[in-house]
Amino acid sequence: MTIRVELPQHLCQLAGVRRQVELQIAVPVTQRTLLDALETAYPMLRGTVRDPATQRRRAFLRFFACQEDLSHADPDEELPARVLDGAETFIILGAIAGG
Amino acid sequence: MSKVRLLVGTRKGAFILTADGTRKDWSVSGPHFAGWEIYHLKGSPVDPNRLYASQTSSWFGQVLQRSDDGGATWAAAGNTFAYAGEAGTHQWYDGTAHPWEFKRVWHLEPSLDGADTVYAGIEDAALFRSTDGGQSWQELAGLRQHGTGPAWQPGAGGMCLHTILLDPTNPQRIYVAISAAGAFRSDDGGQSWKPINKGLHSLYIPNPTAEVGHCVHHVAMHPARPETLFMQKHWDVMRTDDAGENWREISGDLPTDFGFVIDVHAHEPETLYVVPIKSDSEHFPLDGKLRVYRSRSGGDAWEPLTAGLPQANCYVNVLRDAMAVDRLDDCGVYFGTTGGQVYVSPDAGDTWNAIVHDLPPVLSVEVQTLA
Repeated sequence: MTIRVELPQHLCQLAGVRRQVELQIAVPVTQRTLLDALETAYPMLRGTVRDPATQRRRAFLRFFACQEDLSHADPDEELPARVLDGAETFIILGAIAGG
Repeated sequence: MSKVRLLVGTRKGAFILTADGTRKDWSVSGPHFAGWEIYHLKGSPVDPNRLYASQTSSWFGQVLQRSDDGGATWAAAGNTFAYAGEAGTHQWYDGTAHPWEFKRVWHLEPSLDGADTVYAGIEDAALFRSTDGGQSWQELAGLRQHGTGPAWQPGAGGMCLHTILLDPTNPQRIYVAISAAGAFRSDDGGQSWKPINKGLHSLYIPNPTAEVGHCVHHVAMHPARPETLFMQKHWDVMRTDDAGENWREISGDLPTDFGFVIDVHAHEPETLYVVPIKSDSEHFPLDGKLRVYRSRSGGDAWEPLTAGLPQANCYVNVLRDAMAVDRLDDCGVYFGTTGGQVYVSPDAGDTWNAIVHDLPPVLSVEVQTLA
């Protein structure tokens, strides 16, 4: 199925894409399979959202969808239905950090 | 006519500055990778159009960039730096054991033999090598595992491997330096290593003459004399003439011997450059005067070079990888500051001009001398 993913500006520049990308992902669609698909489609993004050694979300990045903070959700949990049916976007967001 | 290409890494992107051999009129390209920290860029001595760049971010981690056209276009290469085997531990600031964790690439050193081979010095300190143009990286684990690794501690800037020197007369010999572990040498292409810190004296560690634990800031070598090295240690400027077996202090009449950069004239192996910094607690020039010091005698006797440099109210720093020399007949000397200035001296240090005044804080400066 087609999943829409919104990327932070720096990753858009790195991947040479606009703000949103569309990924074709087989069910079940989870954070893990979504990020796997993102890194397959855009190899230059490998390691930028997840630490390549631990596969954990980078500390200053957050995941949002459907008005919910999914940053601490189980990476193997299926994403919300409205992301799966294309009504909502899965958002990867750089945390505001600094003074 | 010859020209020069400066590769400048900053806190907010990379800049490429070019000029002809007069080094008077400069073109500025950038920022490349805007908003990212560019710790270091360097070109291959085999193919000057092959550049490597270390692009990092607290948000997005490490990206390794490669250009095959002199920096006009770039493509992401491999960014997986996996420690070999069991990573183990080193000492943390409080003396406890801390696991080795990859943080960023500090320095890239392209091979003297082929454009696809390049070395990377990383934090937490280790040496990696790629033989496929940066697509994949393998650790030269003999450095971290030779025995003293568990005793290494980070300096204030992190535990970084920041200096890689390749001996042009002996492809098996490599020197590296680590803050705050010291200098190390391999005589077998990076497979095995030994600390080379005899003669260093550091009052800020429990044993001032310890085998490791010295905060080496930078090491320079003239390619015609690869057994002679010059070191800017945290405090003290040092030299060795036997490939690091023994070091002696050459701070001589410097007004302060704290600093970060050190470099050697391209054609005069006994002409050195340092930028004295007031102290380790005040990282700016003494008396607000930005002065490069030059020794024409291999150390001990130093002269201040001030023409064209600010001599009042200057409180910038010059970081360890932010000085370079070109190979034109009149050797050019370059350095960048944390205030965003990049200075050039087209006459070996006698006079200076700012190429740019207002870049982001400069992390590194390299220069390519092009035909």
